[in-house]
Amino acid sequence: MALQTQSNKRKTYRRARDNVFAGVFLSSVVVGVLVLAWLLIEVFVDSFGWLDWQFLSSYSSRHPVEAGVLAPIAGTFWVIILTAVMTVPVGIATAVYLEEFAPSNRVTRLIQLNISNLAGVPSVVYGLLGLAIFVQYLFDGQRSLLAGALTLSLLVMPIVIIASQEAIRAVPPSYRDAAYAMGATRWQVVKMVVLPQAIPSMMSGIILAMSRAIGETAPILVVSSLVFITYVPTSPTDRFTVLPLQIVTWVSQPQDDFRHIAAAAIVILLVMLLTMNAAAIYIRAKFQRRAEY
Amino acid sequence: MSVERHAVGLGSDALVTQEGTGTHERPSTLSLRKDEDRLAKHRARRHFEQAAVAWVLRAAALLSILTTIGIVAVLVSQSIGFFQEEVCVLNEGEPIKPCEPGVNGTMTHVGIVDFLTGTNWSPLFKPYRDLGRSFGVLPLVAGTFVVAAVAGIVSLTLGIGAAIFLSEYAPEGVRRVIKPILEVLAGIPTVVYGYFALLTIGPVLKAVIGDDHIGTFSALSAGLVMGIMIMPMVTTLSEDAMISVPRSLRDAAYALGATRFEVATKVVVPAALSGIVSSFILAVSRAVGETMIVYLAAGGRPNLTFNPLEAVQAMTAFIVNVALGDTPHGEIEYYTIFVVGLLLFLITLVMNIMGRWVVQRFRQQYE
Repeated sequence: MALQTQSNKRKTYRRARDNVFAGVFLSSVVVGVLVLAWLLIEVFVDSFGWLDWQFLSSYSSRHPVEAGVLAPIAGTFWVIILTAVMTVPVGIATAVYLEEFAPSNRVTRLIQLNISNLAGVPSVVYGLLGLAIFVQYLFDGQRSLLAGALTLSLLVMPIVIIASQEAIRAVPPSYRDAAYAMGATRWQVVKMVVLPQAIPSMMSGIILAMSRAIGETAPILVVSSLVFITYVPTSPTDRFTVLPLQIVTWVSQPQDDFRHIAAAAIVILLVMLLTMNAAAIYIRAKFQRRAEY
Repeated sequence: MSVERHAVGLGSDALVTQEGTGTHERPSTLSLRKDEDRLAKHRARRHFEQAAVAWVLRAAALLSILTTIGIVAVLVSQSIGFFQEEVCVLNEGEPIKPCEPGVNGTMTHVGIVDFLTGTNWSPLFKPYRDLGRSFGVLPLVAGTFVVAAVAGIVSLTLGIGAAIFLSEYAPEGVRRVIKPILEVLAGIPTVVYGYFALLTIGPVLKAVIGDDHIGTFSALSAGLVMGIMIMPMVTTLSEDAMISVPRSLRDAAYALGATRFEVATKVVVPAALSGIVSSFILAVSRAVGETMIVYLAAGGRPNLTFNPLEAVQAMTAFIVNVALGDTPHGEIEYYTIFVVGLLLFLITLVMNIMGRWVVQRFRQQYE
């Protein structure tokens, strides 16, 4: 009798503990979600009333009321387009080489290991690389759009390569075998079978990599430094600023009004990222439907 | 022209059959010979094209190796520049005053040991150019690790809790809602987190802990926000490890009457431990290399402390701080960012390798 009560007690305790910890584990998810909500609400509340056409169409100013984000928006577009133009061909080429051409030997494994290590290098170190090689060596001390884009290009290259490799790996081997059976060369198989199949999913990975590049601050900060720019860059050799840099400048100002325009600039940055992520998800979804078919 | 395209498209020897469509006359020996020539040429071109493409692709792959070589070469060569430069260093025990060789200081190289074990980091930029300098990097390393420790604790507790919830408790529908939210959390730019840490969390901490104990800048506010930032990484990697624990292990435990909590803590977590530890190491490495949160929210003064309530300067924040000033190329101040960068690079490299090694070495293999 006593034994049974004890066992019942024990059972109740274990069940209660199970339920309590279900709550504990759930709460760690909830904390993450709540902080995200808090952050977003904070940003939107701070920016409320500051995000208008004047803000979008003006250059930076010492007076928060007159300040705007025209130069950083233009700079962001410049940098992202230049980065994409340089990264995408090289990234896809590397992925194609590793997946379709490379012999499986020690050198290939080394390249692969090297790429995953590069993905883990802190972004500020890429900034140092860009400062020493592109700014000091290649452009003789000139800080320019091109130097910034080259730096970001090296930074997101591993991400583009890894995403492209995954896309290539997802193409069924039977497709390749069919083409090889008809006498196609390796390059023909890649050009006519693998790439057309893999490109939609590559695109979605590449867009995500570019959205990472848009948000990167540290390397651009090192390569470009903070500058007060009141023009829209017209050539890749111009000096520039991007949205994250402008946000840093404004966040560091002690006056309260700068906090509001920083928040307004953050809203623009988040909207840009959201658009790109939505595009990536849309492309992936469309591609998946086709693959099922 | 269409014949040509067709042939390339199939990569076949079907060229001959296409010749003279419509007529039924047999091709002469001469025209056959001509076709063979064309075919041989075509093959040669295809072969050449293939070889050329292979070289171009190989060159692209080489670029990633060159990037690594570039990083190492830049960091090492500029660090050598740092250790070769002669500076006036204050003698032991001298108060911080303008350094004069022979009076209160000596012109010396900065030794590697002094650099790694020195407890005073004051490379002293303008306007303190003439003051004595000291190049002990420990305050920056301590600053980095205080912030990373706070971030590690936050991300480990939240991340593993969330991973257990997602892999052991959550129904599929809930998972499908939560995973994208965590992805959003991971995709927010670090500068936004910096804003949040400085302008929102900082003041909240001040109100809770009190003005006397914590200032506007603190390792705590930076670390807390960074922990939230890297939590999705810990969650995703740990959850991957937990999900790959075979169903049969869980079923066996449930058959013995175990509760979900007992299955999670006594079966799943031990079995997935290598993945969890690895996710934690990788997350801390990420925290060590993170820049914008510490630059904006942790402070800007080197401070050898392990108290998270104080303001500290992290290695990354120092690099950005100097890079933003107008440091002339070739001066020792310029070199300092590369030598700190090299240290940062090595620390994160070792942690990343360790993270991967843990998984490979201790992974449980199930049939």
